[in-house]
Amino acid sequence: MTVPMTENPPQPDPDLRAFCEQEIAAMLDRLYAAALRLTKGRCDAEDLVADTIVKVLDNLHSLQDRASFRGWVFRILHNTFISNCRTRLARPEDNVSSLHTPEGEAPEQFWLFDRLHQPFLLWWGNQEQEFLDRLMAEDMVRAIDALPDAFRMVVVLADIEGFSYREIADALELEVGTVRSRLSRGRSLLQKALWDYARETGIVSGPAPSRDER
Amino acid sequence: MSKIRQIGCEEALKQLLEYLDQELGEQHSHEVDQHLSTCRSCYSRMEFEKRLKQRLQDAGRQEVPDTLKDRINRLFAEQNKN
Repeated sequence: MTVPMTENPPQPDPDLRAFCEQEIAAMLDRLYAAALRLTKGRCDAEDLVADTIVKVLDNLHSLQDRASFRGWVFRILHNTFISNCRTRLARPEDNVSSLHTPEGEAPEQFWLFDRLHQPFLLWWGNQEQEFLDRLMAEDMVRAIDALPDAFRMVVVLADIEGFSYREIADALELEVGTVRSRLSRGRSLLQKALWDYARETGIVSGPAPSRDER
Repeated sequence: MSKIRQIGCEEALKQLLEYLDQELGEQHSHEVDQHLSTCRSCYSRMEFEKRLKQRLQDAGRQEVPDTLKDRINRLFAEQNKN
């Protein structure tokens, strides 16, 4: 997957190029981690990061404020991902319906703690702690990857990258209120997915979730 | 400093995730702090959400493959030639 280079883009000054190179080197692991969670595949994630950096370099002259560099790069990453998904619409195996705005009636929120916490067991054990101890990193990744795209990026930026709501809003070109609501719904969906995996694998007792429950 | 308003469990839990994200203003943050210092159940919930967030962060960390590092270095080298 390649991104066409802009013909003769205006050249940024060498100091800005050096700044860009240094910043990209420092944030490359975070860009790759976000790309991996967006694309769910190592090859696609590498392509996405490379495409993003080509665009960053082509448009470096338009960077207004160095302090906003990180958010600007993540915005390009996200827009490139969406643009790539739209390009693939012809491929039936790629379901991009979840790219559409997910705002609407909020379903009932699901919180793991409400399912796990048993105050009367306070002095004999801690079911919440045991639950977290028994979940594997791959369960976490699987739950993140199961989120619809619009929620996934917000959760990734908040919970993996540690962005503020304002930074997420700028990176994804959303209102802060939308970030709040998507984050809340995204986390609830993620906790529900973790609960379902825990039931499937016997970490918590009870029948495995039926297809209709998911 | 003005007196901290007392809040109940429902209000504290409603604000808990924003509290952990450090997105509450100073005053609301103090209110949640105060509630957590007196409510064992909400404190347990806070600890649980904090640990879950840490587990997600740890799980999301990925080492960058050498192939990608090489590719990015080549992009910068090409750019610096121009």
